[in-house]
Amino acid sequence: MSRLKRKHLLGLADVSKEEISLILDTAEAMKEVFTRKVKKVPTLTGKTVVSFFFEPSTRTKASFDLAGKMLSANMLSLSGSSSSVAKGESLIDTGKTLEAMGADIIVIRHSAPGAPHLLARYVNASIINAGDGAHEHPTQALLDMFTIKEKKGRIEGLNVLIVGDILHSRVARSNIFGLKTMGANVRVVGPATLIPKDLKNLGVEVYYSLDEALKGADVVNILRIQRERQKKGLFPSIREYHRFYGMNERIISLLKDDVLILHPGPMNQGVEIDPIIALDDRAVIEEQVTNGVAVRMALFYLLAGRGNQNEKIN
Amino acid sequence: MRELRDKKVLVDKDGIRRALIRISHEILEKNKGTENLVLIGVRTRGVPLAKRIAANIEKIEGKKIPVGILDITLYRDDLSTIDQQPIVHKTEIDFDVTDKIVVLVDDVLYTGRTIRAAMDAIIDLGRPAAIQLAILVDRGHREFPIRADYVGKNVPTSRKEVIHVCLEETDGKDQVVLQEIIE
Repeated sequence: MSRLKRKHLLGLADVSKEEISLILDTAEAMKEVFTRKVKKVPTLTGKTVVSFFFEPSTRTKASFDLAGKMLSANMLSLSGSSSSVAKGESLIDTGKTLEAMGADIIVIRHSAPGAPHLLARYVNASIINAGDGAHEHPTQALLDMFTIKEKKGRIEGLNVLIVGDILHSRVARSNIFGLKTMGANVRVVGPATLIPKDLKNLGVEVYYSLDEALKGADVVNILRIQRERQKKGLFPSIREYHRFYGMNERIISLLKDDVLILHPGPMNQGVEIDPIIALDDRAVIEEQVTNGVAVRMALFYLLAGRGNQNEKIN
Repeated sequence: MRELRDKKVLVDKDGIRRALIRISHEILEKNKGTENLVLIGVRTRGVPLAKRIAANIEKIEGKKIPVGILDITLYRDDLSTIDQQPIVHKTEIDFDVTDKIVVLVDDVLYTGRTIRAAMDAIIDLGRPAAIQLAILVDRGHREFPIRADYVGKNVPTSRKEVIHVCLEETDGKDQVVLQEIIE
């Protein structure tokens, strides 16, 4: 398959194995651009990409912006507070305005689940979901999968453990969808209050003991404890969370020698992860950031280049 | 989808071998040896051709010259208009092209757009002393002012024809076939 069958990337729930493989393979070629002296190729010259972030973000926003610039697209960045949405304009009207200005791709992050889907129904540009509430964060999951494939050579058959707040995590949801599609065995572990009740229906193994869950894990993906979403008192204290689910020195003896440690960032050191784990040779947290740019470049290329269906000869 | 019909075998296995030996000699003669010489094959079929020329040069001169692999997908100027979106592959050039004589190698020279893209890509990697072009088959119909320095065979074609280069490494056999498009 040499083209993405979809116009938008709204989530990974319905993305096929072939499509994910195409994105990951394309990202591998994109990563080569990083090694060059001139880290820029003219692929998206004349295309306009708008990143529209209604929630604060450093790495995701910078990653999308850099990806677009490395492909020579015209990049336009807007934030919720600096746009007319702050004056009461609807999301759809703003989307239509951006489209009238020639946006080919709109990257959107929004606190409301489904905001990218709504936009996709009303504008012609391709929409990429950069995180919608606690729903999905497909590009983060894709970069996690890319990192796993790069380091382990495969995804299929690996035991991938996701640690932490599964309930509020869009990263976890997208990872579960994508990893299951790619044939990984997905486990989750966290306090019972932070694990959705119907998760087993997705074919995920649920653990409540970190020690148990870590046995035989090839990959450990540590989620950030989102303090801003912990107002409801779903666990007694940060200190208690750290004691039971924090990746700390005690955990080291339980990890496989070749385990891969991921964290989507930003890290709460001393909460879900201790510096001793973050600095471990098996942690690839900084490489995830680099890989994020490559994956987003791949998506821009695949979504912007949706030509007609005829065949090219010579 | 357009169908293709084989019209005629233009060059056979021996013909390809002889053409590549001649090109190898011409490259050495023009550049007075192998100093600063590098070969870069354009994916897909330019790569085995570049490797064969490098092997010939090693036999003739007793010197190994570096061979790189160039994928020009990211440099194409037709992303929105092309029919089948090409799969991006890695560029693998593990030497510096600055001050080198770069010989670009490809199978067919047609409109010149691929070579223009390849030159853009190489110039982004460094500042070569010169870029030369070696082509197995030149079929004409240039849209850019580009010509090859080394040509295996000139084949005047109509736009309704297609040149299909088959190589052992990619297609299991060596031959150049003229094909006709059946509308």
